[in-house]
Amino acid sequence: MFQHIGEIITLFWRTLQALPLCWRHRGKIVAQLFEIGNVSLLMVCILSLFIAGVVALQTGPVMVSHGLGSVVGGMIGLSMCKEFAPVMMSILIAGRIGSAMAAEIGSMRVYHEIDALRTMNIDPVHYLVLPRMVAIALALPALVTFSSPVGWFGGALVSALNQRIGISFDTFFHSLRDEVDPGDIFNGIFKSFIFALAIGIISCHQGLVTRGGPRAIGRSVTKAVVNSIVVILILDYFLTRILLYIQK
Amino acid sequence: MSATPNQPENVSVEVSGLRKSFGNLEVLKGISFKVNPGEIFVIMGPSGSGKSVLLRHLIGLETPDAGQILVQGEPVGASGVRDRYRMAMVFQSAALLTSLSVGENVGLYLTEHFSGTPAEIAAIVAAKLEAVGLPGLEDRSPGELSGGMQKRVAIARALVMEPQLFLFDEPTAELDPPMAVTIDEEILKLKNRTHATSIIVTHDRTLAFSLADRVAMIFDGQILFIGTPDEVKRQTETRIHEFIYAKMPTSKPS
Repeated sequence: MFQHIGEIITLFWRTLQALPLCWRHRGKIVAQLFEIGNVSLLMVCILSLFIAGVVALQTGPVMVSHGLGSVVGGMIGLSMCKEFAPVMMSILIAGRIGSAMAAEIGSMRVYHEIDALRTMNIDPVHYLVLPRMVAIALALPALVTFSSPVGWFGGALVSALNQRIGISFDTFFHSLRDEVDPGDIFNGIFKSFIFALAIGIISCHQGLVTRGGPRAIGRSVTKAVVNSIVVILILDYFLTRILLYIQK
Repeated sequence: MSATPNQPENVSVEVSGLRKSFGNLEVLKGISFKVNPGEIFVIMGPSGSGKSVLLRHLIGLETPDAGQILVQGEPVGASGVRDRYRMAMVFQSAALLTSLSVGENVGLYLTEHFSGTPAEIAAIVAAKLEAVGLPGLEDRSPGELSGGMQKRVAIARALVMEPQLFLFDEPTAELDPPMAVTIDEEILKLKNRTHATSIIVTHDRTLAFSLADRVAMIFDGQILFIGTPDEVKRQTETRIHEFIYAKMPTSKPS
């Protein structure tokens, strides 16, 4: 385990050192951005809409029964932009994009394509890891930025339509505007940026260390997704603590 | 990108005391040999004798446990060696990037090293594909090609680098006899055209004896003999003799 952590840190450092080469690799970065955004946007919308809807369903009636109906909008607004959007979207991206990264790089490793790159004096970190890392670090915060308003709309819709809650759009968004400030939105975006780096580096590393045949590729994909999700949840706790401390 | 006055057309390779183990399995047990500039040097031996692992060391894909590999007198792993000397390898599986087209594969080295405009690179790619007898296949996907065609695309991809050292890993493996002969001819044409030093790993006796200036016989991670094809054929050492003169079964199993 410690060997893997060391390798991941080294890979991350080498990727950071390669950042000045981003412009050279812009074509690959744009292709990856399209890949991540295009395949994930619809899923992000659906997920955000229903997560906020469920939160409204579970908490709305209780809050209304205690006379707190006027803060339902703020509560859903804050929970979406600070927690659910960054964490759930990151888990979604780990499943969809992290797995694809590990599978693609893993199969390139198994079928000697990465060796072929090295014989052509092409650094696999520059060619494969850098574009994916930059793309996911840009795309995930963008998706999270998109996810929060969609979630708010889902929460507002359920709050308005559900008879046990019965909060109008106006009341919902008035409360949301009172509670949610730009700092809260930035909080979620910052978290998602860190999660994106974790997903990218874990998935690329898992692809690069794949050894064996097709079964090994499958194992790498599973490890990439599971490890990414575990790291996202652990990081979420510590980031939340740090950001709460800073916001005091 | 042809050789400049400071850069020879070909390079020497010197291996001394090379050892490599994977876990408890010692694959290379003190390999030593020297390949002269411009020579076609064939490393021949049975499957599992360590040929491919040896080849991967020569281009720096593996790090030896002991011993050293010198290219034109410089350690292959030293910084800058890969920039100073152009080395290309054709893999047994061709190892074309399946996410790229044939043309993108062949031009990959030039594209990634920013060696020319897209139009110039396209012209070089077309010329190299023509040189290996596959003109006009730039837009095809590697998956649409036969094994032999993939190998020739891999040779074209290596040719683009104008290598001073050419490494081939089992170039005729998994090919039918006519295609194997075609690949033999391609390698010979390459040698005449580029004068690059070539090291070929194979268990194909026909390939070895038709192309090699010298042949190294490797068994169980050790080189037993190095000599010209005629000298190898005259060897009386049991394992070499049995490998060279192994016959096809004379009767069908009942």
